[in-house]
Amino acid sequence: MATIKEIEETIVEEFGYYDDWMGKYEYIIELGKSLPLVDEKYKTEENLIKGCQSRVWLYAELEGDKIIYTADSDAIITKGIIGLLIRVLSHQTPDDIINTNLSFIDRIGLKEHLSPTRSNGLVSMIKQMKLYALALKTKML
Amino acid sequence: MTAVAQHKTVLDVEKVRKDFPILSRKVNGKPLVYFDNAASSQKPQSVIDATNKYYSFENANIHRGVHTLSQEATSAYEVVREKVRAFINADKSHEIIFTKGTTDSINLVAFSIGRTNVNEGDEVLISAMEHHSNIVPWQMVCEEKKATLKVIPINDDGELMMDEFRKLLSKKTKIVAVTHISNSLGTVNPVKEIIAAAHEKGIPVLIDGAQAIHHTTVDVKELDCDFYAFSAHKMYGPTGVGVLYGKEELLNAIPPYQGGGDMIKTVTFEKTTYNELPHKFEAGTPNIAGGIAFGAAIDYINSLGFENISAYEHELTEYALQELKTVPGIKFIGNAKERASVISFLLDNIHPYDAGVILDKMGIAVRTGHHCTQPLMDRFRIPGTVRASFAFYNTKEEVDVLVKGLHKVIDMFK
Ligand SMILES: Cc1ncc(COP(=O)(O)O)c(C=O)c1O
Repeated sequence: MATIKEIEETIVEEFGYYDDWMGKYEYIIELGKSLPLVDEKYKTEENLIKGCQSRVWLYAELEGDKIIYTADSDAIITKGIIGLLIRVLSHQTPDDIINTNLSFIDRIGLKEHLSPTRSNGLVSMIKQMKLYALALKTKML
Repeated sequence: MTAVAQHKTVLDVEKVRKDFPILSRKVNGKPLVYFDNAASSQKPQSVIDATNKYYSFENANIHRGVHTLSQEATSAYEVVREKVRAFINADKSHEIIFTKGTTDSINLVAFSIGRTNVNEGDEVLISAMEHHSNIVPWQMVCEEKKATLKVIPINDDGELMMDEFRKLLSKKTKIVAVTHISNSLGTVNPVKEIIAAAHEKGIPVLIDGAQAIHHTTVDVKELDCDFYAFSAHKMYGPTGVGVLYGKEELLNAIPPYQGGGDMIKTVTFEKTTYNELPHKFEAGTPNIAGGIAFGAAIDYINSLGFENISAYEHELTEYALQELKTVPGIKFIGNAKERASVISFLLDNIHPYDAGVILDKMGIAVRTGHHCTQPLMDRFRIPGTVRASFAFYNTKEEVDVLVKGLHKVIDMFK
């Protein structure tokens, strides 16, 4: 299984094929459409990350010592972006997730989505993913 | 053809655009198309210059010093109060209270009236299309006083149900607070009728004029409203400045909202006597530079003339509605017969956020989301809308850019 850093590199490489914003966003939209969806029964208020504009449901569970994330959103771009996060962080160990410092979002030119004023809550998504990792880690002990 | 041409407005948009430096900038490599005027409008050079000039040559605190600068600043500031008075045709300039903005103005009334006039079991009446800033202050008052917040419902076109409104007026109603124009739907409410009906029962009325003051002539005497609130930043002026108009006798009857300097006559530790209007409601050093620049904004609007502004904005809105109708899957939220230059819509099942992100990439600034009117979005069972709101410096060509952009959005998400 590839490490977080390795997957980040692959994504950066993939996005390198697009030299304009349109291509990048079309790719994100494609990713959004193919996101592994949260099981309906987990689409609860509890699993809702409250961004201002689009709603995001995030669920995490343990498979052995790895964390599996699933998510959904009512906005496709948001879904595409969380899909990228899942690709990087899913199937990793809690410790790796907690300690990672993601660089790919900035590097693929989606930094604007990271600014705290942007109301799609990408920052809260990453935070929530790490919180899940922390919670599930204590479960493993 | 010529008959139509003669009815065209006399506003020279190309010339007007040159007054607004920001309109020539690029966003994401594309010429900026600024359609978020309902959130905040852009500023003409004269407003920017007035701010600059104040800080460069006139800066001093007002109402305090005997020295020349302070007196000059005081008169410059007070001249604006008189300008605002004339602008809304109020009787007296001390009926113009300077605030931080609409939100601040509404809070002032809510908390002052709340303290004196609202008691347990009373009611405050607002509408289903209010901005959060005309909901939350009243909710806070109602909660504190164990009063009830009542809501005038709207129909599917986004118009107030006036019969229901009349039924909701009762002996318990202590104040009616409604918006003149809806920031989410563009609906122009029959405020004159609302005020008359409330007055028949002796109930005072506050009008939230944040979305009306820059689109049309507002005459507070003709409306006979008791309070009228608005913000300078939506009328081509600076942020952090707003107005509360109030009838003299009402402003005299309610207690001050905040305590501090400027609002007092005498202070001892035992008792303070309050200053006269308008100072009673203007505690502390105000936004003097903003106030003076606000004066420049009013001058600017007056120089164009509401007749021209309204006619042009109407023409542009009609054009936009007609062109937007050709976009496949578009659904307008708000179809009021009386409407202002605000158009809210959805594209099939494309999330407003998705549309907003892509439009932004094309240099088009629209607002997406609930527009601080969450209860209204719940009423239509939608998460939000895409909102395009126009000012007199927008053009039909820009509308065409938006329409093209929307086609692109549909393409990308289908
Ligand atoms: C109808 C309405 N009321 C109140 C406000 C609040 O104005 P401000 O933020 O300037 O206080 C707005 C601004 O969006 C508005 O559109």
